[in-house]
Amino acid sequence: MSELEHYTLTINGEPREVSDAWIGESLLYVLRERLGLPGSKGACEQGECGSCTVYVDNAAVCSCLVMAATAVGTQIATVEGLNEDGSLTDVQEAFVTEGAVQCGFCTPGLVMAVHHLLDHNDSPSEQEIKEALSGNICRCTGYGRIFAAVDTVISVRKGISS
Amino acid sequence: MPVFIPSSLNEATQLLSSNPSAHLVTGGTDLMVEVNFNHRHPETVIALRNVPEFQLWNVDHTAGLVHIGSSVPYATMEHGDLATALPALAEAARTVGSPQIRAAGSLGGNLGTCSPAGDSLPVLSALDAVVHLQSSTSTRSITFAEFMVGPKRNSRLPNEIITGVSIPITNGWQGYAKVGVRNAMVISVASVCLAIHDGKVRVALGSVGPTIIRCTESENWINSVGLENVDHSLAREFGEHVRAESRPIDDHRSTAEYRRHAVGVLSARLLLRGVQK
Amino acid sequence: MTITKTQRDILGSSALRPDGISKVQGDFAFSSDLHAENMLWGATLRSPHPYARIVSIDVSAAWKISGVECVITADDVPGQLTYGLISEDQPVFAKDFVRYMGEPVAAVAADHPETCRRALAAIKVEYEVLTPLTNPEHAIDGTREPIHPDGNIIRRQQIIHGDVHATAPIVVEGTYDIGMQDQAFLGTESALAIPDHDGAGIEVFVATQWLHEDRKQMAKCLGLPEEKVRLVLGGVGGAFGAREDISLQVHTALLSLRTIRPVKMQYGREESFFGHVHRHPAQIWMRHHANTDGRIVKIEARFVFDGGAYSSTSSAVLINGVTHTQGPYQCPNAVVDGYAVRTNNPPCGAMRGFGVVQACFAHEGQMDKLAAATGIDEVEIRLRNIIHTGDTMITGQVLESVAPLERCIQETAAMPLPPEMEEKPHELDLPGGSGRTADRRNIVRGIGWGVSMKNLMYSEGFDDYSTARCTLTNGSVELKFATSEVGQGFITLAPQIARSVLGVDNVTYDTIDTQIGSAGSTSASRQTWMSGGAVDGACRMVRERLFEHVGSLQDVDPLRLAIDDTDIIDTMGTLRISVQEASANFSVSETYEYHHRTTEDLDENGQGNCHVAFAFVAHRAVVDVDVELGLVKVVQIATAQDVGRVLNPMSVTGQIEGGIAQGLGLAVMEEIIVTNGVVRNPSFTDYLLPTALDAPQVLISMIEEPDPQAPMGAKGVGEAPCISVTPAIVAAIRNATGKTIDRCPVRPQDICF
Repeated sequence: MSELEHYTLTINGEPREVSDAWIGESLLYVLRERLGLPGSKGACEQGECGSCTVYVDNAAVCSCLVMAATAVGTQIATVEGLNEDGSLTDVQEAFVTEGAVQCGFCTPGLVMAVHHLLDHNDSPSEQEIKEALSGNICRCTGYGRIFAAVDTVISVRKGISS
Repeated sequence: MPVFIPSSLNEATQLLSSNPSAHLVTGGTDLMVEVNFNHRHPETVIALRNVPEFQLWNVDHTAGLVHIGSSVPYATMEHGDLATALPALAEAARTVGSPQIRAAGSLGGNLGTCSPAGDSLPVLSALDAVVHLQSSTSTRSITFAEFMVGPKRNSRLPNEIITGVSIPITNGWQGYAKVGVRNAMVISVASVCLAIHDGKVRVALGSVGPTIIRCTESENWINSVGLENVDHSLAREFGEHVRAESRPIDDHRSTAEYRRHAVGVLSARLLLRGVQK
Repeated sequence: MTITKTQRDILGSSALRPDGISKVQGDFAFSSDLHAENMLWGATLRSPHPYARIVSIDVSAAWKISGVECVITADDVPGQLTYGLISEDQPVFAKDFVRYMGEPVAAVAADHPETCRRALAAIKVEYEVLTPLTNPEHAIDGTREPIHPDGNIIRRQQIIHGDVHATAPIVVEGTYDIGMQDQAFLGTESALAIPDHDGAGIEVFVATQWLHEDRKQMAKCLGLPEEKVRLVLGGVGGAFGAREDISLQVHTALLSLRTIRPVKMQYGREESFFGHVHRHPAQIWMRHHANTDGRIVKIEARFVFDGGAYSSTSSAVLINGVTHTQGPYQCPNAVVDGYAVRTNNPPCGAMRGFGVVQACFAHEGQMDKLAAATGIDEVEIRLRNIIHTGDTMITGQVLESVAPLERCIQETAAMPLPPEMEEKPHELDLPGGSGRTADRRNIVRGIGWGVSMKNLMYSEGFDDYSTARCTLTNGSVELKFATSEVGQGFITLAPQIARSVLGVDNVTYDTIDTQIGSAGSTSASRQTWMSGGAVDGACRMVRERLFEHVGSLQDVDPLRLAIDDTDIIDTMGTLRISVQEASANFSVSETYEYHHRTTEDLDENGQGNCHVAFAFVAHRAVVDVDVELGLVKVVQIATAQDVGRVLNPMSVTGQIEGGIAQGLGLAVMEEIIVTNGVVRNPSFTDYLLPTALDAPQVLISMIEEPDPQAPMGAKGVGEAPCISVTPAIVAAIRNATGKTIDRCPVRPQDICF
């Protein structure tokens, strides 16, 4: 490979050095293979599954389609940064208790997508929920328990006991 | 250094003029698919996301014109003032990929790639959008029809950057419809944008030809018939005219026959929506 | 936040997944997340042609690329050159011929995935391109030379049962086509191989459905004794049948043994489409003879399964197909002919439903034709024909399983239909969704039915077993098994079993690997029954030992002791002691091997007791169709499923909802498109999977009639949900449109033209 890149990314609020990287590396690759952050998953490499969802400057995007070297200067947030003390967020808890997890490969991306939705809209309609999650493919659950988890979080946040 | 992240338009055009083979990238949603699938091995990249001009948009009701910078994400077009001024663009933007793609993808990408399946392109065609290009030495503005010259081919010169588009606001109805074999996140099998301005219909088709097809014959026919006379059977006849102007092919996503049929049906339905029948 | 629970996680409770917390946090280690010091990346060179002779392979340029550590071809395979689940007919690397597009030709190991890609590009392979055999009928009619030394017919099986000349006044027939579906698990194939220091053995972390079978095939090809190949289950991102055959296992291990360095391989999505077998496309002709009251008198059928270039499990898929010709209906007479053939199309094998999906699509299409021909309602015609425990099937086998089919159908029929579409529906609720293609007036609603039966476990005399060990120490239990956890939830169920049998609460499970006997494959709806039976057996053995221990300490006959919640009680006296206390300073470990009852091969007339057990299910689908554009929105699926006994309601719900989504995919969107042997859509852009906006409302009834043959009364629930939902949806489309549609997936052009 020709020229290799050295750059610094800001991930979950921390500066992270990337050395000797090939220019074509996606943010997903750099997170997983260079920075020890394998929580974001790769399942399609073309933005058609959402497993790799991260936030770049508060926008939920597919990290497989972000050229890592061009993300210098942005704020990147990954699933590992959702709750750094190791406890669960309300969305994560609901995914566990409502059976939204089977193989779990889509789960981190879906958790990120659900947080993004509910942080911008505290009472989404059924259609808004489905549209917001339509970029995250789950092959195991048929989505039923995922919708149940979202409904649980909405209720809990509104103070309605589930 | 093979990755440049210019922070001004001037810097960006200078960089491109000294690195003419560089890949231009904004959201990355087109280029990175090519890289990930081993179809491209970029050596030099100019990332445009920090150029302020590319992120600007405004709706000028006085001038009857909307300007959208080339890096404005589709998500911004789905709601708010842009959606109010350009409903067809909002509807098209909503069908682009997934929410994650719409947060990153932009008109600059659709224009740069110039796929006949680019979701926003029929809208730019039907609304008579003007594409703005700039190099380190010159600036020019051309119509969309002049811009897109073939499948994945456009008239951007190697030293030019797409800075944005200007889209006239129509004083009549406008809408967009797209067929895909899934209820969301799907590549277009066929798409239609229909807009009405000064009582005249304009219609443009996606995914049914080597370029976006502006249906001038169909437009002339319906405009000679007169919008006030449109009913269901006339709309169907209009669909037949549109259908005849499409030039689709068979591929793994659909058949030419179906695509031809679909643009006929969609254009008839859009026309009825346009006249509220 | 922390999760607190008050109920004990015993059988029948919705116990939570033990890996759930790590999965939602992104901590769970999938096989693709694994790393090792000094690790190399591996990659595979694949054939661009469906059929070609390999004239020469020149790897010299690849070796010269900086960072490349190893390049291997067929010449470097130290052991057996071919492998396979049933017949060892598939080369580790193609040597003389490539027989399908994407067949492995060479592999490389290098310091970076991009170096690997460049090395693959530097390998020069000269092909003499041959005309591919892609029409399955040409494999049968002998018009083509064999494309493989084993011939072009993988297996033929006939079924001749009862009076072959029987006839009846009503005759309906149809030819049904089922497209090639992909399992499309999200976690693509991946493995990490770590060689022993002396290079004489290897440890491989891999995402698979069956560790021991992988090891057996790998050891043969690597030329190593099985004990030198140790397999550990890497985290598995879904399976659905696609991990039953080996894919990158031998390649990764071989690169690692050659370089004496850890090697990781991981397929991208495109490669994954070429790297595993798919659901067989099939063409099925059926002719039903029935009396005017709708009762079936005879079925004639012909099945052609396209197995692609290598046999994989094609012969077993064929048997499942032909033996399910009758579906869940009585049929006294049958004449069936079935073929699984070899072509230069992609190899096909296991996928959820395994041959029964194809058969069901045909027999349910026939039931609707029969309903139309007799004027009998489509629910009534099914009820009139349903099979019962004790009935003889077309294989001559007597159905011994509990068969609550009538309840399945009637409880499904009793579920509420969705409300009529509103006058101004939300655009996302219309067919076409966000594409805004339809208006309310363009939509027609339809309702359709599908009913099915599915065999559980392996068939035809296979000595199927699973092994488990239970160790009780100071009131805590550790379980050990080699059962692949692919997402289905066996790791949730196994501790539930131990808690119920032993009255303990603290149950853990050891690493899933080959350090214990085989568990068989996580497939064929078999692990709840088989590995559940093994865990149950091991826990019961431990309980016996514990009772002996308590009996001798307390001077009570151990046979009088029983578990009551978390206590041991004397059923004929007053003794009550907690399991915790009773097992203090006590340790016992027992291993149990569960075998199901024996089965037998089919004879040349397709007669024999070939299946172990069956489960039943009914589906009712409601669809909205834009007839003019041919677009479909599945509105609702109602289902009642025979589950035997519900061991974990939340897990069963998840299996049912997930299976329905896969069946929906096959009904209206999922198909690998192959033209002249070339795969046209190997990506998630063009191979469409249902999204959240495609998910229908699902109404579920779980029919609990415990099966005395099943270890805990519970039948496997994995496959039944995805089988008859596909014909139900297609029937609903027919109902809405009035069109004869005998293929799936249904494409827009199948509806609107």
